[in-house]
Amino acid sequence: METYSLLREFADSWMLLALFIFFVGLIFWVFRPGATKAYSEPAGIPFRHEDKPAPTNGADAEKEA
Amino acid sequence: MTNYIKLLVLGVVAFFALVAANYARDLAYLVNALTIALAAAGLFLWTLRQTDEPVNQTDLSGEYMDGVVRAGVIATCLWGVVGFLVGTFIAFQLAFPALNFEFLQGIGNFGRLRPLHTSAVIFAFGGNALICTSFYVVQRTSAARLWGGNTAWFVFWGYQLFIVLAASGYLLGATQSKEYAEPEWYVDLWLTVVWLSYLAVFVGTIVKRKERHIYVANWFYLSFIITVAMLHVVNNLSIPVSIWGSKSVQVFSGVQDAMTQWWYGHNAVGFFLTAGFLGMMYYFVPKQAERPVYSYKLSIIHFWALIFLYIWAGPHHLHYTALPDWAATLGMVFSIILWMPSWGGMINGLMTLSGAWDKLRTDPVIRMMVISIGFYGMSTFEGPMMSIRAVNSLSHYTDWTIGHVHSGALGWNGMVTFGALYFLVPRLWNRERLYSLSLVNWHFWLATIGIVLYAASMWVTGIMEGLMWREVDANGFLVNSFADTVSAKLPMYIVRGLGGVMFLSGAIIMCYNLYMTVRRSPVLDTANSVVPAE
Repeated sequence: METYSLLREFADSWMLLALFIFFVGLIFWVFRPGATKAYSEPAGIPFRHEDKPAPTNGADAEKEA
Repeated sequence: MTNYIKLLVLGVVAFFALVAANYARDLAYLVNALTIALAAAGLFLWTLRQTDEPVNQTDLSGEYMDGVVRAGVIATCLWGVVGFLVGTFIAFQLAFPALNFEFLQGIGNFGRLRPLHTSAVIFAFGGNALICTSFYVVQRTSAARLWGGNTAWFVFWGYQLFIVLAASGYLLGATQSKEYAEPEWYVDLWLTVVWLSYLAVFVGTIVKRKERHIYVANWFYLSFIITVAMLHVVNNLSIPVSIWGSKSVQVFSGVQDAMTQWWYGHNAVGFFLTAGFLGMMYYFVPKQAERPVYSYKLSIIHFWALIFLYIWAGPHHLHYTALPDWAATLGMVFSIILWMPSWGGMINGLMTLSGAWDKLRTDPVIRMMVISIGFYGMSTFEGPMMSIRAVNSLSHYTDWTIGHVHSGALGWNGMVTFGALYFLVPRLWNRERLYSLSLVNWHFWLATIGIVLYAASMWVTGIMEGLMWREVDANGFLVNSFADTVSAKLPMYIVRGLGGVMFLSGAIIMCYNLYMTVRRSPVLDTANSVVPAE
């Protein structure tokens, strides 16, 4: 079988199925129990380090941890 | 030591560019080679003056790298005005052909200026806006300084060089005739180098982030950077006729070439003008509204739906061509499915203001962001509709398409960029506030009315010429000649040009306002990243 036909057949079947399952699974995963609480943390990211990067060491880092 | 290597490389590049200029087979190549030689020689001198000088070793890891963002903001403003100006001029060239001056034939006529306009607004204005905002956002949302030290500066200046090479090449006739991918082979190669460095800086910063999660804006920016790299490389597979000339020959031919081009072209819209700018939306709208995004869940679904669907929409540019019907239908179906993520994203952006709608009355910057999201919704409704084969048979090749593109580009990309610039300048230059909110208001209304004039006149003229082209008499003969449609369009072309003038004046007002913000606004005396740490 030539490469094109082989790849084409794979893309039309298993790859399509895998991508579709990934996509649908992702939507279910987003609505998993406890997601609303879990996502409030990343949603607040823009409001945390406006002026300076998070400190890596020293007293500031310990205070933040 | 690294300076010696730099000097060696720059010297070789300058020398080779001069040799190339000497052997140049065409004018565009000659000018581009001289530009490269000049840039390399200038950098050589600059590096030389710094070599063996004592180096000031300060630890900057506790500060954000904002210098490159500031440079990007300035470049965005300047290229924006240039792009809008050229666009307005060519709009009047279409209305009044006498503006294709005889003494500028071959340089300043519509055919040469049109790609200059499209590339200036998309890649120079939009690209600089994306690069500088992504550098700003990725640092703040990763709580880390940009990775790679001065690589970010290389990305900035390398990108400006790309723009200058491409723009001067267009005027002098170097083009591979692929829409939105006109630059010739050596400019493409240079952009690839710059773009991969950009990817490295962006990914490097995400890798060393201090936040546990990668904020959703970074997902959009990252998908934009990766996809554009892929599109750019595949669509520009070409073999130069000679290394001393600008002409190259495409590797694909016929319908494969057309499909590759519109796979590129539509995903340039989908990932450059949509995903990248959505990254902006997901950071700047919550910041300006001072509340987190309406639904983080929806933003994740928005992202993945956009990624999965957009990549298939390209064939809708090739209805009624040699492209097989099934491929065109596939593109059309996916374009229509795209309604869902687009409107999901629009709702997410707009509803971020829920509970803060009163800000619309008092804050013209948030008004700008909101109207940009509105235009995003409108143009992503119009686009799928135009991709339907029956509608496309009326709209294709008419000015309706140009109107659609501009309601997206001016309304969505332009307005969200203006909003981001108004947000950024006081913060980057450590100012208390903008110089004048009433000037922002002026900008807002001039731009909005300008876009409305533009889009409305293009709807009228587009549908009119589409209907005139297909009108047949009782015996089946075409009623109108092409020239009939051209003369019928004159009033709408003038209205369109006026819309452009208004949009351009708004942008000039913005530049003045931002300049005065830096010069005149009171300095903020809190410890910002501009102020050295104690």
